[in-house]
Amino acid sequence: MSPKTLAGATIPFILITILVIYITGPGSDYIIIGTPLPEVTLERIDFVENEIQVTIRNTGPIPVQVVQADVNDRIQPSAIEPDGNLERFETALVRIPFFWNEAEPYNLGITIHDGTRFERDVAAASPAVTPDIQTTTKFALAGVYIGVIPVFIGLLWLPFIRKLDSKKLGFFLAITVGLLIFLGVDAIQEALEVSQESLAGSINGPLLILVAASGAFLVLQYISGRFSSHHTKITAAILVSIGIGLHNFGEGLALGAALNLGSVAFSASLMVGFAIHNTTEGVAIASPLSRQKNILPKLIILGMVAGAPAILGTWAGGFAYSPIFIVAFLAAGAGAIFQVAIAISQWMLKDNTYHSYQICGGIFLGMIIMYATGILA
Amino acid sequence: MAASIGMSFVIFALLITPHSSTAVTEQTFVTHSGAVISTTGEVLDPLYTEATFEFDPDKFLRNFEYGRITTQPDGTTLREYTIIAQDDQIQEISPGVFYNVWTYNGTVPGPTIRATEGDTVRIHFINQGSKQHTMHFHGIHPAEMDGVFEIVGPNGGQFTYEFEAGPVGVHPYHCHVMPLEEHIIHGLYGVFIVDPIQGRPAADEMVMVLNGFDTDFDGENNFYAANTIPFYYQHHPIQISLNQLIRIYAVNMVEFDPINNFHLHGNLYHYYPTGTDTVPSTYTDMITLSQTERGILEFYYSYPGQYVFHAHKVEFSEKGWVGTFLVLD
Repeated sequence: MSPKTLAGATIPFILITILVIYITGPGSDYIIIGTPLPEVTLERIDFVENEIQVTIRNTGPIPVQVVQADVNDRIQPSAIEPDGNLERFETALVRIPFFWNEAEPYNLGITIHDGTRFERDVAAASPAVTPDIQTTTKFALAGVYIGVIPVFIGLLWLPFIRKLDSKKLGFFLAITVGLLIFLGVDAIQEALEVSQESLAGSINGPLLILVAASGAFLVLQYISGRFSSHHTKITAAILVSIGIGLHNFGEGLALGAALNLGSVAFSASLMVGFAIHNTTEGVAIASPLSRQKNILPKLIILGMVAGAPAILGTWAGGFAYSPIFIVAFLAAGAGAIFQVAIAISQWMLKDNTYHSYQICGGIFLGMIIMYATGILA
Repeated sequence: MAASIGMSFVIFALLITPHSSTAVTEQTFVTHSGAVISTTGEVLDPLYTEATFEFDPDKFLRNFEYGRITTQPDGTTLREYTIIAQDDQIQEISPGVFYNVWTYNGTVPGPTIRATEGDTVRIHFINQGSKQHTMHFHGIHPAEMDGVFEIVGPNGGQFTYEFEAGPVGVHPYHCHVMPLEEHIIHGLYGVFIVDPIQGRPAADEMVMVLNGFDTDFDGENNFYAANTIPFYYQHHPIQISLNQLIRIYAVNMVEFDPINNFHLHGNLYHYYPTGTDTVPSTYTDMITLSQTERGILEFYYSYPGQYVFHAHKVEFSEKGWVGTFLVLD
């Protein structure tokens, strides 16, 4: 690259950097109208032995000094690590020694230098999980129940699907597309809920969802573009597996988080819901492979690709609960699933043996199945 | 564009990396239960950790302003005071919490004005604030000295309040400019004591203004205290002598909450509502006070040691309205 080209590439970059520094620095006096208000978000609350630990983040536009913590709006002696001065987006751990009672609701509060109090409710206190062998096994089992086993049960439909003629197979593929679209929307909805509950406005949850979903979509689109020319059907099955795997990772995160937060009833209904839901995912993987031979080893691998991420997700959600990651992964799962749905649709449209009523009816039935199993849970 | 991408990377890095501290030093603090907790961070403890403030509750506790005294031709006493109102100060009202206080002579509460029944009280009031302010005394005085309709303008407005001190007792004074609640909760209040001509029995006398601060303006107090600073007399016990008569002039200036109260441990007190009568109305360890309700508490301790006093509306005591007496042999 010639010096001229280099200069041409870097000069605008340097100028915009200077402009940003000026606007955020001395120039702000001329353009900022109104008073910037501080904001602190209580991102995570852990109940450990005789202590409540609150992870906080400065999500406002200005630095804050954290000066006080309270439990149920009653001031408590506490400590903040590493220190109470939080720059924008900086995080800190507030430790409040407190003899909390299991299953009781709590309201945690943080007060900053100007006397503003920020709070968060906990519906029921439960001991924070520690990553010992017992809990790790429990979480892995939960992941197996919702991810691995249902997917393999779904794969058992393969012999039945194999017997179908190509028209009826088209119908089943269309059902898969319906299932996937539904799952994708479901995941987006879940991501929006988590973002609304736990993310500060400045994190821009909905836009994070857009970016994460698009990212996963585009990566899968690129991969499928590179490989699809050779092995169409196995590629479709692989893509379905990867997409579903990402989705199951997101579901694992949600389940792990619920287990972590100790919401027993919610965890149970999540497990039943995910398990029923995910059985249908096996069908989605099986359908594109119905005309392939010697597929047992492939099926096992694909089943694991689709199902096993639920275990990883349960661990991640249970041990390292972070609402930002949950939202990002749920959204990425949705993006992956949408890509797969589109890929299968394109594949079906190219093959003109299928009638449009089969395709449309299949997609609709797929959605009905998902809606019904979702309500049952 | 490039810069904003760079910026978002910085923000993202901040989001995903845990904060790393440079200097790690262990500190300890004591909890309610007496457990000692050690931390590598900063201790946030307004309850037990000793702290000092621009406003000194210890000094305020036993400070009485008798004014500039002159004897008038008719033999009566004239007490003159200069009171300056301000509304632009930011003061620390709890460790690390800074609040815009509105003050008489620079403090919340304002100075405790003390006179004897029948004295002439003359107050040169100067409003150095940016808003209108007045002084409204509870007590008996002519209408034009009531500090309600005689609004004193900002930036140097003046007014002279003059009246005969009475009746005997303990009374509040406060700003009476509308919106009234705003002017009171920011701190424009103080205590006015009128002594009987024959005096009261010798005692260790104290003033306690029960007040609160709504620092986030949600219509509820974030802090409560006896004399402004939450928990102050908990980490600075009030030292008193065994068998010494203690007399507390207590005035409730808490807004928002309909009641406040005063509970004394290990003892009971004689209570004189408003201090207007020489006979106590009750012998108790618990009185309930509504807005600007006040009275005189008299007691002495027969056993040495440390005794708590606090609001038995425990929410208030857990937000700062708690203190201790250290009875010395």
